[in-house]
Amino acid sequence: MAAPVLSIRNLTVEIPTRHGILKPVDGVSYDIVGGEILGIVGESGAGKSMAGNAVIGLLSPPAHIAKGEIWLNGARVDQLKGEAMRRIRGKEIGMVFQDPLTSLNPLLRIGDQLVETMLTHLPISHAEAEKRAIAALEEVGIPGAAKRVNSYPHEFSGGMRQRVVIALALCAEPSLIIADEPTTALDVSVQAQIMALLKRLCRDRGTAVMLITHDMGVIAEAADRVAVMYAGRLAELGPVREVITAPRHPYTHGLMASTPLASKGQKRLHQIPGAMPRLDAVPDGCAFNPRCPYVQDKCRHAPGPTAEGNAAACWFPLVQEELS
Amino acid sequence: MSETPIPAQKSRLRAALESDLFYTFTRSPVAVVAAFVVLLMLLASVFAPLIAPTNPFDPASLNLMNGFTAPMAANDFTGDVFLLGTDDQGRDVFSTILYGMRISLFVGVSAVLFAMVLGITLGLLSGYLGGWVETIIMRTADVQLTFPSILVAMLIFGIAKGITPVEYRDQMAIWVLILAIGLSDWVQFARVVRGATLVEKNKEYVEAARLIGRGSGAIMLRHILPNVLSPVLVIATISLALAIIAEATLSFLGVGAPPTQPSLGTLIRIGQGFLFSGEWWILLFPATTLLALALSVNLLGDWLRDALNPRLR
Amino acid sequence: MLAYIIRRMAQSALVLLIVGLVAFAMFHFVGDPIDNMLGQERTADDIERLRKQLGLDRPFVVQYFKFLENAVQGNFGMSYRQGRPVIDILLERAPATLELAAVSGILAIVFGIALGVFTAIKRKGFAANAIMSVSLIGVSLPTFLIGILLIYLFSVELGWLPSFGRGNVVDLGGWSTGFLTTSGLKALILPSITLGLYQMTLIMRLVRSEMLEVLRQDYIRFARARGLRDRNVHFRHALKNTMVPVITVIGLQLGSIIAFAIITETVFQWPGVGLLFINAIQFVDIPVMAAYLMLISVMFVGINLIVDILYFFIDPRLRVDRTGGH
Repeated sequence: MAAPVLSIRNLTVEIPTRHGILKPVDGVSYDIVGGEILGIVGESGAGKSMAGNAVIGLLSPPAHIAKGEIWLNGARVDQLKGEAMRRIRGKEIGMVFQDPLTSLNPLLRIGDQLVETMLTHLPISHAEAEKRAIAALEEVGIPGAAKRVNSYPHEFSGGMRQRVVIALALCAEPSLIIADEPTTALDVSVQAQIMALLKRLCRDRGTAVMLITHDMGVIAEAADRVAVMYAGRLAELGPVREVITAPRHPYTHGLMASTPLASKGQKRLHQIPGAMPRLDAVPDGCAFNPRCPYVQDKCRHAPGPTAEGNAAACWFPLVQEELS
Repeated sequence: MSETPIPAQKSRLRAALESDLFYTFTRSPVAVVAAFVVLLMLLASVFAPLIAPTNPFDPASLNLMNGFTAPMAANDFTGDVFLLGTDDQGRDVFSTILYGMRISLFVGVSAVLFAMVLGITLGLLSGYLGGWVETIIMRTADVQLTFPSILVAMLIFGIAKGITPVEYRDQMAIWVLILAIGLSDWVQFARVVRGATLVEKNKEYVEAARLIGRGSGAIMLRHILPNVLSPVLVIATISLALAIIAEATLSFLGVGAPPTQPSLGTLIRIGQGFLFSGEWWILLFPATTLLALALSVNLLGDWLRDALNPRLR
Repeated sequence: MLAYIIRRMAQSALVLLIVGLVAFAMFHFVGDPIDNMLGQERTADDIERLRKQLGLDRPFVVQYFKFLENAVQGNFGMSYRQGRPVIDILLERAPATLELAAVSGILAIVFGIALGVFTAIKRKGFAANAIMSVSLIGVSLPTFLIGILLIYLFSVELGWLPSFGRGNVVDLGGWSTGFLTTSGLKALILPSITLGLYQMTLIMRLVRSEMLEVLRQDYIRFARARGLRDRNVHFRHALKNTMVPVITVIGLQLGSIIAFAIITETVFQWPGVGLLFINAIQFVDIPVMAAYLMLISVMFVGINLIVDILYFFIDPRLRVDRTGGH
């Protein structure tokens, strides 16, 4: 296996509050290699986005990285501050946000937004940047790019805007893309196109992708491997096929059973009883233990073993017959 | 402003208001101090004739020899001592301030009450009736809002002065002032009340009142009005600070309270004349009083706005 | 876009017509013009003749339009007090007020925006908090007290700057300017600070709150995520978006500067139209009051119109469809 582009080791993000310290991300580790798409899946509040923000250094205070390491292309980046981190943002790590309607500055032409991003990071002339801006728009499939480069964001549809956002994230040729719910705000008909685009671009360029979503369907379609998060912790990590067809963590199992995947053709969706604990009320032991149908005494005291490589953070992983 | 049932509404609203308000009040030192200052000044104004050492408007009590006595110093001729000194006419500055504050507060409070009654009435009418009534009222409000209210007040003062016969002008000045400031300030009330009325009038309980045959007037007064009281209270407090400043400004400019009935603004106007000659106390004390009054009411209004209705900004 | 501007212009014209009606009503109902123009010795014949001559025998509406026609041509009648055409007096005094207002406006806008941006970016810093606290007192401080305080400090105590008047002025073809002499410039300093300070405080507080709002937006996070420099994020991305709502208010503030000039001009005995207006109110000089009202309305309405048109250059969304935006 090639050296990973991104390597997260035991990452913990803390938010100090009046009611104590919250840990939206708690001891998470995973790697992503070039050209690979790692899906991060979980309910809202499970810490998916927070992990992405930690990597790109955009945690909003008072949230901060309390423990762990983040390595990017063999260099440690979690301790970089201010200017040093800014140079990495956009240049080494591109980011795609959820809502294309709000992530583009409404008052600037999209061409200008592309050009300023490239000029910030690449040693090229203004004319060259303009040329590359058009090329970048063509690459993400915007028809008439040479003309559209002078358009304002409101002149594009939602799907087209997300293409522009992707062009912006990729224009300085980063080695890692963090895509935070890139299709959630889009029409269903457009979602697949955007995912296919993202997938193609990253495969072609060998870019690593951290694909954050709550939608198992998107993961199943696009990701190579998947990391399942629950209450800030990694519940399970593994190749998409395996995790979908043979989940080993009871939470993943419940999640799969409650997801309408066309391939499974279920009639009735399963529901996990209860709700994910709030961050200020994570139970002792395995965070999932109050909802787990297979809970045992050990689960109430010791957090599950760390899920590294292909593993589930569970003391008693399910030995699965394939889900039918 | 939640959907409380009609019968329990009044008492419950009041209870909630008092307890919550009082709680946040005691926890805000700024609000407590501001309220204390305002209360003190209100009391001092009301009881001015009892507190003031002299009646500055009773020519019999004045001694020209006492003119220009510095604060806490004995007069060269008479040996009298005055807490805050005297002005050119020998009037005790402390007394003129008490009487001046009385007039400033009277004009301010009356103007706000007038603006409030006018604004609430017009707001209720335009919100409840709609149609051309609303169009006329709200268009007028828009046109008036184009101009700063101090300018509107000056104009109204000028026109009213023009209509008043010359011999009554000084006597009427205070009332004209109230009219002018009140008329320049009703728009805020009308807008808020109209907005709230539009929301309330479609709620079930108003619908119900209408179905059981209550008249429009009764519905507006009994059911809609209580619901708009808290924003109105906030606007009234903030308006009071503005009205006090407006009155002081007009009087300072010489188009407000006449020298025979000086408000704080008039006193500052008089005191400004002695700025270069060294009798600083004639100017400083009225100015400080005005500032303390305006600042306290403003702070109280700010606090009330945050406490009662955080969304009103 | 054209349709929008035309509609705004129609609305402006309507406002002016209403203001004109108020001004006309002042003439018509406040004080009898015949009384004011003829002395004590007058005959019924004189009155009748003058009534006809002034068109006072014609219907109200006809008179109103005649009044508007005159007003458009700059004919506002004679000042009751000075016995000269009002328009002459106004034109003579306008430069003083306009120069004062222009300097104050620039002060208010430049410092208001700069401090607003500063306090928004350095939200938690000591300096920003200090500025915000001072500004709260500034809002409660009546303009005339600021003026008096400045006079006390810089004229009475330090003796650096004049406390009243315009200093020496130079006449440039009917426009008297104080910009060209040292004493004129010195005389401008205190009044323009007095006039500009309150507006500056308002603009600063507004810019700050709007900018804080903008800095929370997704496109700012996205701009940061692309590694753009802080300078670029703050001044190119955030400031431009901040200015969209701020511009309307600034426009209105500029209008109020002309109106608030009345106070400053009185404090500093500045020979402008504001002082003229105050004197007109004191002496119930109706033609001057009416003319001032009309003049200032035209300015207000004009400024509002300019602000509306400015939007089109700042916000591209409006250029396509007016209903756009959020």
